[in-house]
Amino acid sequence: MTDTDIRKVIQEELNNIAPEADLARVNPTADLREAIDIDSMDFLNFVIALHHRLGVDIPEIDYPKLVTLDGAFAYISAKLGATKIQL
Amino acid sequence: MVEFRMPSLGADMEAGTLVEWLVKPGDFVKRGDIVAVVETQKGAIEIETFQPGQIEKILVDLNSKVPVGTPLAQIRTEAEAKAPVTVSPAAAPAAPPVTLAAAPVPSPAVRAPAPPPIRPAAAAVAPVSPAARKLAQERGIDLATVKGSGPGGAITYEDVQRRLAVAAAPSAPPSEKKRAIGLDLPAMRIAIAAAMARSKREIPHYYLEHQVDVTACEHWLADKNAALPPDNRVLMGALAIKAVALAARGFPAFNGFYRDDKFEPASAVHVGVAIAFRGGGLASPALHDADQLSLDELMSRMRDLVQRTRAGRIRSSEMSDSTITVSSLGERGVEALYGIIYPPQVAIVGLGKVVTRPWVVDGAIGPRSIVTVTLSGDHRVTDGHAGALFLAEIGKRLQEPDRL
Repeated sequence: MTDTDIRKVIQEELNNIAPEADLARVNPTADLREAIDIDSMDFLNFVIALHHRLGVDIPEIDYPKLVTLDGAFAYISAKLGATKIQL
Repeated sequence: MVEFRMPSLGADMEAGTLVEWLVKPGDFVKRGDIVAVVETQKGAIEIETFQPGQIEKILVDLNSKVPVGTPLAQIRTEAEAKAPVTVSPAAAPAAPPVTLAAAPVPSPAVRAPAPPPIRPAAAAVAPVSPAARKLAQERGIDLATVKGSGPGGAITYEDVQRRLAVAAAPSAPPSEKKRAIGLDLPAMRIAIAAAMARSKREIPHYYLEHQVDVTACEHWLADKNAALPPDNRVLMGALAIKAVALAARGFPAFNGFYRDDKFEPASAVHVGVAIAFRGGGLASPALHDADQLSLDELMSRMRDLVQRTRAGRIRSSEMSDSTITVSSLGERGVEALYGIIYPPQVAIVGLGKVVTRPWVVDGAIGPRSIVTVTLSGDHRVTDGHAGALFLAEIGKRLQEPDRL
């Protein structure tokens, strides 16, 4: 999966939760909870969606690492990379 | 034969637009089946039937806006369906009228007889409450055109309000035939305004706050969730709703409806969950029997409820029968919120942000996770002392998360 693919998946899943959000205009280092007004239930649904779609395990303790677009990308990339190396 | 009627989906609903039929004549339905979608000020609501049987006849065309209580379809009961009798259209008027007592709609909000379409009334003289008479005079409503829902057909203030709303409701123009189903936020704003203004006019609120140490809940949740895939993880909000539901069971004066100058405690605990919409608007559909659900089940139902509500697909039973409401604003940093009671309910519990505070436990100061739980109570039904006990009970329940 390329970097572009990962970013696309993240954006798609966020848009499933907040369809009205224009993620192209969201500062990639901004806290998504404020930038697109999502709450803990939305965030849980985001994590569930990433888990199902990409097969990555995202423990609750790691949630703070995913609260920005850049953070989510870095976290998912690292997880997918680690999976590859293990294989 | 029973009539399936336009339900009242809250104190502020006067009429609804039938936008989708999910059944057709001849279909069999069972209790709880979704038979139609109705657009209201709260968005598109899936309407369930409480009457099992066979759909005999659809009475309302798509995109018709009709007042609460209007018959939408006729359902042959199971007994009738087993012994088929063809009812010709000519014979139908001779059938005895369906009385409301026979309409098997358990939802308390629907119990009141519905206003009929506006038409000149017979000269029968029904008793009229003073408030109803005053409102009718003020607004130029002929009381002969109002059907009473009180004892002996007495016309109540709410009957006149309903009649006013019907008079004001524009019928849907034919050009709206292909209108998309979804949330109508401006209409929702009007509905919220009506309900909240009525609440502040009629309900003498009192407000209490109680600080609760939820450190035990946080630890318990972290332990539980660490071993679970994300689909099965539980949020603090679910613990809070369960704690409120259990406490409400023991304090029935906070769980029920105030109607016609008296309080009716509810036999079940249906917690209205206040759900905000991005872009404005709010709905508080019911999480049914929240006191009876396991935490996992409650969490899963809450996730489903939030998703459906935000997608504009709420079920009729969820809109009409919350017995108490829980609202949370903690996610945005608010430490305490003082809710406005949603009539005809008599209490709303507010939850603020969980904050880390220096706290004394066993004589020593340490950092603890504290949440401010508030109660807005209806002073016609309870006093502050009872409210304080109710809040303390919620706090106590949150000390033992493994028992929730």
